[in-house]
Amino acid sequence: MANLTSSFLGIKSPNPFWLASAPPTDKQYNVERAFKAGWGGVVWKTLGAEGPPIVNVQGPRYGAIHSNDRRLLGLNNIELITDRPLEINLKEIKEVKKKWPDRAMVVSLMVPCEEQCWIDILKRVEETEADGIELNFGCPHGMSERGMGSAVGQVPDYVEMVARWCKQNTRMPVIVKLTPNISDIRQPARAALKGGADAVSLINTISSIVGVDLDEMSPEPHTDGKGTSGGYCGPAVKPIALNMVAQLARDPEMKNLPISGIGGVTVWKDAAEFMALGAGNVQVCTAAMAYGFNIVQEMTTGLSNWMDSKGYTSVDQIIGKAVPNVTDWQYLNLNYVVKARIDQDSCIKCGRCHIVCEDTSHQAITNIVDGKRHFEVIDEECVGCNLCVSVCPVQDCITMEHISSGVDPRTKEEISKDYGNWTTHPNNPSKIPDAAE
Amino acid sequence: MLNDIKKQRLSEKEYDENFDEIHPPLNEHEAYVEGDRCYYCYDAPCIEACPTGINIPLFIRQITSKNPEGAAKTIFDENILGGMSARVCPTETLCEEACVRNTGEDRPVKIGLLQRYATDSLMNSSDHPYKRSEDNGKKVAIVGGGPAGLSCAHRLSMKGYSVTIFDSKSKLGGLNEYGIAAYKSLDNFAERETKFVLSLGGIDYKLNTTIGKDLSVDQIRKDFDAVFLGMGLTGVNSLLVDGEDNNGIDDAVRYIEDIRQAKDLGELPVGRKVIVIGGGMTAIDMAVQIKKLGSEDVTIVYRRGQKEMSASLVEQQNAQNNGVLIKHWSKPVRLITNDNSVCGVEFEYTSVKDGKLVGTGEKYKIDSDMVFRAIGQTFEDDADGLPTLGSGRISVDENYKTSISGIWAGGDCVNEGEDLTVSAVEAGKKAAESIHMELS
Repeated sequence: MANLTSSFLGIKSPNPFWLASAPPTDKQYNVERAFKAGWGGVVWKTLGAEGPPIVNVQGPRYGAIHSNDRRLLGLNNIELITDRPLEINLKEIKEVKKKWPDRAMVVSLMVPCEEQCWIDILKRVEETEADGIELNFGCPHGMSERGMGSAVGQVPDYVEMVARWCKQNTRMPVIVKLTPNISDIRQPARAALKGGADAVSLINTISSIVGVDLDEMSPEPHTDGKGTSGGYCGPAVKPIALNMVAQLARDPEMKNLPISGIGGVTVWKDAAEFMALGAGNVQVCTAAMAYGFNIVQEMTTGLSNWMDSKGYTSVDQIIGKAVPNVTDWQYLNLNYVVKARIDQDSCIKCGRCHIVCEDTSHQAITNIVDGKRHFEVIDEECVGCNLCVSVCPVQDCITMEHISSGVDPRTKEEISKDYGNWTTHPNNPSKIPDAAE
Repeated sequence: MLNDIKKQRLSEKEYDENFDEIHPPLNEHEAYVEGDRCYYCYDAPCIEACPTGINIPLFIRQITSKNPEGAAKTIFDENILGGMSARVCPTETLCEEACVRNTGEDRPVKIGLLQRYATDSLMNSSDHPYKRSEDNGKKVAIVGGGPAGLSCAHRLSMKGYSVTIFDSKSKLGGLNEYGIAAYKSLDNFAERETKFVLSLGGIDYKLNTTIGKDLSVDQIRKDFDAVFLGMGLTGVNSLLVDGEDNNGIDDAVRYIEDIRQAKDLGELPVGRKVIVIGGGMTAIDMAVQIKKLGSEDVTIVYRRGQKEMSASLVEQQNAQNNGVLIKHWSKPVRLITNDNSVCGVEFEYTSVKDGKLVGTGEKYKIDSDMVFRAIGQTFEDDADGLPTLGSGRISVDENYKTSISGIWAGGDCVNEGEDLTVSAVEAGKKAAESIHMELS
């Protein structure tokens, strides 16, 4: 059985599944329930500076995108950082860490951009004997209007500055949590690294309006008829998060910067994908908020079984394993030809592949052959775009077949066995000249 | 021994339970979940399989996008009796049989129930969804206010014709009103649907008026610009055995009519042991309903095998689930009577020999207090001046024109008829289009 033990920045946890800083980690009661269920660690819900507690709206905090059977696809929230007194949070953190020494306990922080504010809070957190801190530079709603959260994360200079303050004022490892509400995720990550951060975690939620109530003519959710943008998360954001994680993992400057992957992790496979793209562990929130803490049992057993089936014995062996295969478009092999193949035995004849190809792509799938409803790929037209595979409701009914030799019926050209990309393609005006030329 | 035929075999509560909805309607959430299963196929096989060609994927998509009234309109555009069709269509042999989900998982999208969800939504909440074109001054007579006649009337009125329906019964609706099993059309749905159709306006009707008796074909032709015949099948086949004039033997269609029109189901006479002879939907509806009325033993006897029954497999199973015994390969040879009452039937086993159904000579008896004939209905052609018949029913061309200029026909009374509500609706609709082509 694969060893799921994780060590992230030297913070040990029995598995790489942590609960992200969010409502599920707001208090001892929840966190202990999570640990009982099997979670490897938590990032405690963001603490703010000493003072009067945060005030949340008393109207709805969450909005959602559902499938027709009300499966939660995406969640949006406008909850602020913890609204409980700092004292109580710190006391509970200390107690939980003492009671559950084998679990990771990281504390999320967000205080005003003044060094003294950070010095003050860091001292208090250190006393809890927490394993590390996570700087919340990501929250895109509410706190950002007060110059914190994503307002910091969107300015690389601030990220660097605050990261440095923290590194200079604590022995605890510092994780910088990044906001995706930025055009190039590498900029704030480089800044965090420059400021001395030990790791980054990403992504925080994406600024969003989840829907509009067409009766009230107000964004959803709304309080007293008005709504505001919130932070979007859940399965819907996973592809965005995966890309951002991969961008950092591929960046030569950040090769050794540990990443905690966050964004729509719902089942073990999501976690494995984040880790394959370079995440050292994953943080989960929405899935727990949709189904409760017990989902971690699926995650741990699923990851473990998959690792066994592939012969991986420890999670370290998966981390970053897919990174070398993430490349730029310009380096994709333009001589690699694929054609769609429809398995007639599993085809249910819905015709979706035909109509999407006919209407929106390359007119490469039949609908009638010899007077009968029949769907077949026309190799002379098929560019191998994968749209038919994407829309086919039957798993593995349509697959892509690699054509490695002979003449491509579409281009009428001999298929080259050699690797050839855009940088050397004759149609590229700025192609790299051959050595002979 | 006297026949055991009684009223009030069950309690009021039992009647209510037994005649409750056979397929309860979907609620909103169920409709979204079920609708979500539709793949929105291209050139969808279900549309092809629907006799009225409803754009099924579109209406399901309208349901799942929370536009049930738009969905209903998509249905009514092709089938103004879409509400009844949703209740009585043998979807398992039509749209749902064609559903591609059958191939992948053997479980089609519940198109019939979704159609009902949509049509109920509109009929329960909105006004009539169509407006008539301006009156064009032309008049069309429709003989028979059943599904074919109502469909034809609606389509013609939409186009501005003034329509008059003549019906021999005291209510419009035809088989929807008098023939459908009671548990498929609850809460007076047939009557409500007829009202819904008429609420378009431009449709007048005269009840208790039988063609050939109260009104001649020639007169109608003179008084109207066009005539549509949709009077259905009003005759019934007999068993052709001795003793059919005894007490305790009846036509299933007549008894079913009584059930549909009964104000109190407990007032219907029900035999302890009942035999229904036939293999179609009428036989099933008869047998199931009399079982639900409290009969103890109900046996359907059909002269051929299970596969040859014209009732769908789902309907056969419905009968069996309700405790009806179905016996195959037997034909009645003699009614056993006592004091002018039927007390049993003697059957002979049958088999197919050289492509012909023959008796094997081996016989058996079943006791019964009531026997019902459900072996098909016939077209009654006693009115003078009717168009040419073929195979006992009115002959029509592909535009539902008969041999007489100015007379169209459709529904069960024509030889193309499939004896389905939905096919009759299509015939009425197509005939209306043809009449319009001719008169405009």
